[in-house]
Amino acid sequence: MSDIELVNVNKYICRDINLKIEDKELFVIVGTTGAGKTTMLNVMAGVTDYNGSVLINGVNVDSIAPGKRGVGYLFQDLALFPHLTVESNIAFGLRAKGYEKTEIDKSVSSLMEMMRIGKLARRYPHMLSGGEKKRVALARSLAPSPAILLLDEPTSSLDHKTAKYLRSELNSLLKNMGITTVCVTHDLREAEEIADRIALISNGEIEQVSSPTELFFSPFNRVVSEFIGMPNIIECRESRVLASGLMEVMSDDLRIVLPYDGNNIRKIAIWPDDIYISDVKPPGPALNRFKGRVEEIAQYNSSVRVRVSIGKTILLAELPVTAFDEISLEQGKQVHVVIKLRRLRYVEA
Amino acid sequence: MKKKTKHLESAWGIVPVSIFLTIWEIVGRLNLFPGQFLFPPFSAVIKEFYHLTANGVLGKNFLSSLTRVLIGLFSGSVAGITAGVIMGWRDTVNKALNPIISMLYPVPALGWLPLLMLWIGINEMLPITIIFICSFFPVVYNTVTGIKNVDIKYIRAAETLGASQMRILFRVIMPLALPNVFTGLKLEAGMAWRVLVAAEMIAIPTGIGALIMKAESLVRVDIILVCLIVLSVMCLVFEKAFSLIERHFVGRWSNSVRY
Repeated sequence: MSDIELVNVNKYICRDINLKIEDKELFVIVGTTGAGKTTMLNVMAGVTDYNGSVLINGVNVDSIAPGKRGVGYLFQDLALFPHLTVESNIAFGLRAKGYEKTEIDKSVSSLMEMMRIGKLARRYPHMLSGGEKKRVALARSLAPSPAILLLDEPTSSLDHKTAKYLRSELNSLLKNMGITTVCVTHDLREAEEIADRIALISNGEIEQVSSPTELFFSPFNRVVSEFIGMPNIIECRESRVLASGLMEVMSDDLRIVLPYDGNNIRKIAIWPDDIYISDVKPPGPALNRFKGRVEEIAQYNSSVRVRVSIGKTILLAELPVTAFDEISLEQGKQVHVVIKLRRLRYVEA
Repeated sequence: MKKKTKHLESAWGIVPVSIFLTIWEIVGRLNLFPGQFLFPPFSAVIKEFYHLTANGVLGKNFLSSLTRVLIGLFSGSVAGITAGVIMGWRDTVNKALNPIISMLYPVPALGWLPLLMLWIGINEMLPITIIFICSFFPVVYNTVTGIKNVDIKYIRAAETLGASQMRILFRVIMPLALPNVFTGLKLEAGMAWRVLVAAEMIAIPTGIGALIMKAESLVRVDIILVCLIVLSVMCLVFEKAFSLIERHFVGRWSNSVRY
């Protein structure tokens, strides 16, 4: 059993952080750059001084050295030792803890096999690709069998495909190992994919701690809502299966067809950039299209937010400035609204 | 294909040297100077090299110089690395010693000669001490810089992996400081010979420097040239040797070491 708790922690931008991560939980801290995410991990690992307390399994570890807290740490810039081979990097922690050579060899080779980096054993870090480096660093932090694993932006600086692949691997690996994990990311989609619970942090303060679904459908405040992209939440009154994998959901004013293979949907989230507005009738089938009225227009640097009413329902749409300039919109004007569900998030009944 | 190109490049390097030696030979034989002894042709220098090697004079003096360089350079480097590591590792030591090192480092090694002649006397210890001083300061300076420049992220990573302070010093910090340490060592490998010869010319009766002075008093330009060629070759050999040692220890993992 391994849980970790921060009590009234203060360090740099982080103010009065109170947070408890449960045993075997995959907990994700999400926030913008400079919000204090890495600082929180550094405090948990004990690689920086801080005010407040860190408890692991209820025991205060403030005066315990980082290497003795039972915490593995995947640093954002990985910090692979450039003068050591992949093999020696992974074995570093085991050697430091005085394991027998045979035990070290066995453990290193099984980790390399698990991370599928066996062929890289004799290479130095500068000879590896970004994805390979991440795997080696992950294997190194897992080698001393930590009870808690800290991951700082585990898929940053990887291309989209590699990041997605690594993320799904990481997810199943951590679930199988049953290791308590605290992951930091600025990527909300990554958080959503892997998290049991998410903490949203902004300017050193925790704004919300909840499950991913709660975060999207019940944001505590405007900061959270802005961060998750201000989705429009539609309460569904009724739903029916149209065909296999396709469902029509009905709210008071909208009938929306979406890909869904379950029984019933209670709520759906529609992101503002998935709503298109046109002053002329767009071509194509009349699916997920509505007539609405412009209620409010707000201009920002690179985008324009438009509130449109469809019956009593108000939807927030976000258009790029270039797209906005091509259509003439003004308050009170009748427009065509098209919903294209690129991202789909729902609450099942 | 690449190997062939490299060989061709090396072959091209010989061309200017050959031209230089040919011009030297021709000018030497043209008797442009009053008396051939003031500007002997290259062939005469080679002949004298053979003669000095055969009668053991060059070997004996070279060995004296080599021994001094090796002892001075080795002890200076070891002391420099040790002091540099302690200063780089412990900030309080660095704060205490840094002003002294900064004050003494700029003094040219030969500037110590008159003082050391009075303190040590004219004996074997004099050139060795001069080389020691010449090696010590740059090696200290570069070692401290190397250790201070080790990125904190590696130290943090080692800490989280459970490494002790000593393990972090010997297995992380010192290896990562090696490129800087070698910068100091390479700098001093050739410099040691230059300083040694100057010391031998002024104060010591044996060694390559002393042989040059004796040749000068006998107006034996050919012997002087033999000694200068030996010195030049030794400077190059020492610098190259340290480069090879650096490549062995650092080249495998550092992108900065290229040959």
